[in-house]
Amino acid sequence: MSAVSDDPLVAAEVAPPPPSPWKRALGKARSNPTTMIGALICLLILAGAVLAPWISPYDPADQDIINRLQPPGGDYLLGTDQFGRDILSRLLWGARISLSVSLSAILAAMVIGGAIGMVSGYIGGRFDLFVMQVMDVLLSFPSLILGLIVVALLGPDLVNLIVAIALTAIAPFARIARAPTLALKERAFVEAGRALGYSHTRIIFRHILPNITSEVMVMATLWLATAVRVEASLSFIGLGVKPPTPTWGGMTRDGFENILDAPWLAVFPGIAILLLVLGLNMVGDGLRDATDPKLRNE
Amino acid sequence: MFFFFVRRLLAAVPTLLAVLTLVFVIVRIVPGDPALVILGDQATPEAAAALRQRLGLDRPLWEQYVSFIGNALTGDFGTSLVTGRPVLDEVAAVLPHTIDLTVASMIFGVATGVPLGIWAALHRNRAVDVAARILSLFGLSFPVFVSGIFALLLFSLHWRLFPVIGSANLDDLPDRLHKLVLPTVTLGLIMAAYITRVTRSAMLASLSEDYIRTARAKGVPWRRVVWVHGLRNASLPIVTVVGLYVGILLGNSVLTEIVFNRPGLGKIIVGALNQRDYTMLQGLMVIYCFLIVVVNAVTDLLYGVLDPRVQAA
Repeated sequence: MSAVSDDPLVAAEVAPPPPSPWKRALGKARSNPTTMIGALICLLILAGAVLAPWISPYDPADQDIINRLQPPGGDYLLGTDQFGRDILSRLLWGARISLSVSLSAILAAMVIGGAIGMVSGYIGGRFDLFVMQVMDVLLSFPSLILGLIVVALLGPDLVNLIVAIALTAIAPFARIARAPTLALKERAFVEAGRALGYSHTRIIFRHILPNITSEVMVMATLWLATAVRVEASLSFIGLGVKPPTPTWGGMTRDGFENILDAPWLAVFPGIAILLLVLGLNMVGDGLRDATDPKLRNE
Repeated sequence: MFFFFVRRLLAAVPTLLAVLTLVFVIVRIVPGDPALVILGDQATPEAAAALRQRLGLDRPLWEQYVSFIGNALTGDFGTSLVTGRPVLDEVAAVLPHTIDLTVASMIFGVATGVPLGIWAALHRNRAVDVAARILSLFGLSFPVFVSGIFALLLFSLHWRLFPVIGSANLDDLPDRLHKLVLPTVTLGLIMAAYITRVTRSAMLASLSEDYIRTARAKGVPWRRVVWVHGLRNASLPIVTVVGLYVGILLGNSVLTEIVFNRPGLGKIIVGALNQRDYTMLQGLMVIYCFLIVVVNAVTDLLYGVLDPRVQAA
């Protein structure tokens, strides 16, 4: 590093740019054991879901009626359900539904809600007031009730489930994207962009968006946990993806109906849901603490 | 104070109107003819036309909207398509069960969350604090139906401490309370966990303020400093969370009612969804939102009581 000049102007050019807030947060989260355990849980479940076709011992829909309601152990590691289907294989395949529905729903909510929040905050004035009023109304519905009604009215299938869960999460994303936009649009670099004749679209997406991604991403991790919970709850009520496709909520519901004879049917999928939500919450918490300016210097 | 109350209640009116409008829109943008959805595909055109007329769906949209808002504001939500009884009567019959459960869970959440949060804040980064944080992380991660099933398996089926069937006789108080225990703990768990967290961080902030040092310097007993000076100033975020969570409690009560087989709003809403009871559903959505708007208004009023500075703003 002997090439670094003593001239402050040159030194400023040579010094590497400070790491982005997102990178700094990731670095900090990595040193937090809770976050790492959470990440490990999530990765294991993700691996199980992705590898399900190769690692699941049986076909999740195969019925072995002679061996129905087998307790855990033996040929079927986690036992069989009332149709003699292997619980472990159904859990692995069910992880695919839980993860894909929640991820797509949160991605949709993040893009739509984030765009609404940024545009609303950027335009400001009465438009902003109106949009935020609409978001407040949307927020006043309990998410489970809103999801319940939307799925019931549209019909229970994979896409409608995603739409329903996304709808419950749009308002919080709009709020989290709007707040920093209000502050950012007063900053000199936005004004400079306007003076250079950049379009509003370019300013919003090229100059404001990169500055709010870390907040929105942290929110997304925390809401992913909620989305998994809502998906499982809807499936438990009977408004999830239709049988025979295995879903964790649906498996818990089937198990609940046989709770006196075969309690493990409800317990294993219940533990799976708990672990995934717990893992996501642990990761989300760690990321939030790492990005929270109030806690940054602790 | 009085004007603050009036102003806050008036401010809830536009929100309520907006919510009603949203319910009206949601029910109408659903694809398909509601009459055919209710009657099934095999319905004769005459039967469908008769039902449309009975529901008022043959009238112009603006007329439907005006009569919907007018009826809702006077408490008339129509009659259930399945039972033929007024929606409000159906709701009134089960509302005590839902209110029992929601209020008991709220009390459970506050009664466990606030002391645990304070305790954790007073022992920051020590074993108690770490335990409280881990417990609250678990509490936040339990879907209501999973904790309900686990509670049922352990306390009702294994140890036989509580009944499996949760439907209680409302006139028999000991029975009513006994059957309320498991559903309350199940439903209140998430709230208790969240309140623990919020109380902890709010207390950490308030205990580092100058007025706490002043109070200690003039010899106020430590217990009083924590519970009066500290907690009062930490109470706004706690009240906010309680207010927010009442909505979540109402939503999650659907699951608790299914697991513990209790009557309530949640049971009715699932029944109405399965039987496509269109008027019931519309009425229930309005009632749910009405409850939430009222809770939000009460939360704001409490801000004014707890912190007089809010009134001036």
